[in-house]
Amino acid sequence: MTATPLWKRLLILAICLWGIAASVPNLFYARVERHNDAEAAIAAADGVATPDQTAAKALWPDWVPSALMSLGLDLRGGAHLLAEVQVEDVYKARIDALWPEVRDKLRDLRDQVGNVRRQPSPDGVLRVSVSEPAGLPAALAAVQSLATPVVSLTGVGQNDIDVAVQGDAIVVQLSDAEKTATDGRTLQQSLEIIRRRVDEVGTREPTIQRQGTNRVLIQVPGIGSAAELKALIGTTAKLTFNAVVGRTTDAGAEAGARNLLLPSMDEPGVYYIVEETPVVSGDELTNAQPAFDQNNRPAVEFQFDSAGARKFGDYTAESIGKPFAIVLDDEVISAPTIQSHIPGGRGIITGSFTVEESTNLAVLLRAGALPAEMTFLEERTIGPELGQDSIDAGKTAAIVGMVAVVLYMIACYGWFGVMANIALTVNILILIAVLSTIGATLTLPGIAGIVLTMGMAVDANVLIYERIREELRDGRPPDRAIELGFERALSAITDSNVTAILTAVIMFAIGSGPVRGFAVTLGIGIVTSLFTAVYVTRFIIETWMAWRRPKSIQV
Amino acid sequence: MAWRLRLVPEKTNIDFFRLQVVTFGISVLAVVLSLLSVAVLGLNFGVDFQGGTTIRTESTQSVDVGVYREAMGTLDLGDVSITQVFDPAFRDDQHVAMIRIEAQEGAEAATPEVIARVEAALKAVDPAITFPSVESVGPKVSSELIWSALLAIVAGSAGIWIYVWARFEWQFAVGTVAALIHDVVVTVGVFSLFQLKFDLTIVAALLTILGYSVNDTVVIFDRLRENLAKYKTMPLREMMNLTANETLSRTIMTASTTLISLTALLIFGGDVIRGFVFAMLFGVVIGTYSTLYVAKNIVLFLGLDRSDKTKGDKGGTKSTHEFANIDA
Repeated sequence: MTATPLWKRLLILAICLWGIAASVPNLFYARVERHNDAEAAIAAADGVATPDQTAAKALWPDWVPSALMSLGLDLRGGAHLLAEVQVEDVYKARIDALWPEVRDKLRDLRDQVGNVRRQPSPDGVLRVSVSEPAGLPAALAAVQSLATPVVSLTGVGQNDIDVAVQGDAIVVQLSDAEKTATDGRTLQQSLEIIRRRVDEVGTREPTIQRQGTNRVLIQVPGIGSAAELKALIGTTAKLTFNAVVGRTTDAGAEAGARNLLLPSMDEPGVYYIVEETPVVSGDELTNAQPAFDQNNRPAVEFQFDSAGARKFGDYTAESIGKPFAIVLDDEVISAPTIQSHIPGGRGIITGSFTVEESTNLAVLLRAGALPAEMTFLEERTIGPELGQDSIDAGKTAAIVGMVAVVLYMIACYGWFGVMANIALTVNILILIAVLSTIGATLTLPGIAGIVLTMGMAVDANVLIYERIREELRDGRPPDRAIELGFERALSAITDSNVTAILTAVIMFAIGSGPVRGFAVTLGIGIVTSLFTAVYVTRFIIETWMAWRRPKSIQV
Repeated sequence: MAWRLRLVPEKTNIDFFRLQVVTFGISVLAVVLSLLSVAVLGLNFGVDFQGGTTIRTESTQSVDVGVYREAMGTLDLGDVSITQVFDPAFRDDQHVAMIRIEAQEGAEAATPEVIARVEAALKAVDPAITFPSVESVGPKVSSELIWSALLAIVAGSAGIWIYVWARFEWQFAVGTVAALIHDVVVTVGVFSLFQLKFDLTIVAALLTILGYSVNDTVVIFDRLRENLAKYKTMPLREMMNLTANETLSRTIMTASTTLISLTALLIFGGDVIRGFVFAMLFGVVIGTYSTLYVAKNIVLFLGLDRSDKTKGDKGGTKSTHEFANIDA
């Protein structure tokens, strides 16, 4: 038989050796994981290591590959949430924020348009009536001048707001292009905030991904339950600074149009009536940190960005002596009276906090508010014990399956079965090595995929061996039979594997969660088994043939 | 001569078409019955596809379904099903049950309050109880998941159709896809008949069955194509039998190695993926059957154009021709 060229042999050997080396860390999972964690922690601290970290880092030599398969939620335990971001919330906030500007514009035209009033309208729509219908065109032009062009790929040439006249009123709402652009920003901001909040508690490898136009997938391994994760993310941690209209102890008090009745956080039974449109909102904060006020009580210091600082400065300048409310999640944290003009955008929130509460509040403020509320479409919690049980069960099944297939192959093909088994083992190792290197996540169906690969990987070997048997029966000498067996089985192997890869790709593209994990291991398993069955087995058989030079062989 | 395990004798001469009326009839009947079963009995959809909540409970005390049911009786949850789970891998004091609660009326999303109430009620009757997994899917997502699952299967079949068509004759593509549909429909039928839980992982299993079954079928077709070029005058039926007999040893061999590893998973893989493994196990058996008795029959029925312009010129069979020359 024609020998494989040397460079090809070396390449095959190199890939096999790499597979073995790169799969080994998974054997010492806990050890390598601690090493990797320590390494990451040291890198994060700019190379400064605690003794514990140094000890953990020493658990695994640096020059050995240390990439691991990460374990999916179903194996490690943790929580999975699929949230839908209520992007319409942002439309409403944007439109509400527009009202003061519209009012000011039209006030300048009072002699033409008369009195201006905001009329009741659905959320996200601003309806403004003027008392002089003759002034409508002028009012329309004035409001239209507030529009700015949308900067986006699809919305070229469109303005951010649609302004129209309906009866005696001007109706303003966000344009479709602006809505699309806003959705994108809202999602981006939500993702960022969720990521920061999840990172604050230091959990390992959280998955936070955008899905579709308005959904966020959050997977956090090692967290106790989905409820805990939700508490961490907070459905609406929204901080605003609002002007106070009044204070009451009547829970049913009429707040009046465009006002809100909000309970006080630390004074039971006290309610504040505040203006719905905030003076400044939490997303204009640049920093917040726990501090102490002049009486040494825990407090939170904050700093606005320049726009927020200007607004806050203007407001405090013109409202000296009036109270304003600091509102967090629809509760008034405190309602201090403005003592003086506060320029520069620095301030301090005092209230009856404990040190821990003030720290949490600072974290919450620093992480920023979620721009919109989220509803949870899917919640899954998997306990760590169940995950461990699944790992154990998967291990047992994999070992039993492997041993059974190995024995069966030897029973059917004798020495050639042994050679196929070596290839099978190399196949599993390379599969694990590839999964580790690309950072794929191993799930329970993924383990099933690996076990299934063991069964199906030998298929290519079976095709080749059966073909060799046929050629031997036809009276060909051993080396010729082997060569023909490999050559002729190739077309069947290719066709059957391409279709299998095709289904794996489709599963990956369309499927979600467990289906994907399965598709990844199955797909990679098919590719690695093609390599080992065709190249590695051939390499082993060739080497053996060259060494023993058998007169006859039995497959 | 060293000993070898042989499931299939070296030379077989089985006429796969002798009972073709019976075998094909059985296949058609199975497909029809499966469709009927799905139409009449429906599928026991998991929360992935129907919305709702499943709670897995684990306790050191034995599970008493009646007590659980009573504890949750006052919560007004609608349809609740409680099943005890058994697995050889469980410890003696490990008692597991699955509680399934339907999607709550009017709820778009998952319902955490309901979960909290159920957990509290169960803790009251069994303080040792823990909840190793809780999965809650809102109706909005579940209907989308059904569609994406269907889409995956249709796209999978279409992809295979196109590939087989491109590599072989269109008759082969029809035969292959008919066999695939047969396998998938009958597997779904079995899930419907025995009301086994049908969730996302089962869809993955169905897709794997597609992949396996097509693998099996294509190997025989590949050999058939080779034989078509080799024996130009042999009647198609005879040639198909020859091909199937030549590849029978491989067909059985691959089926058995796959079944061996799947059986290991079925027994030792734990109860969480048992349904998934069962679907694949069943699919491998039926996929092997359909390779031998469905796909070829359809190609034979459709007939093949055997004038010499056949696919010999296309890439895939070139090698066959070359070797045919060497052999001669």
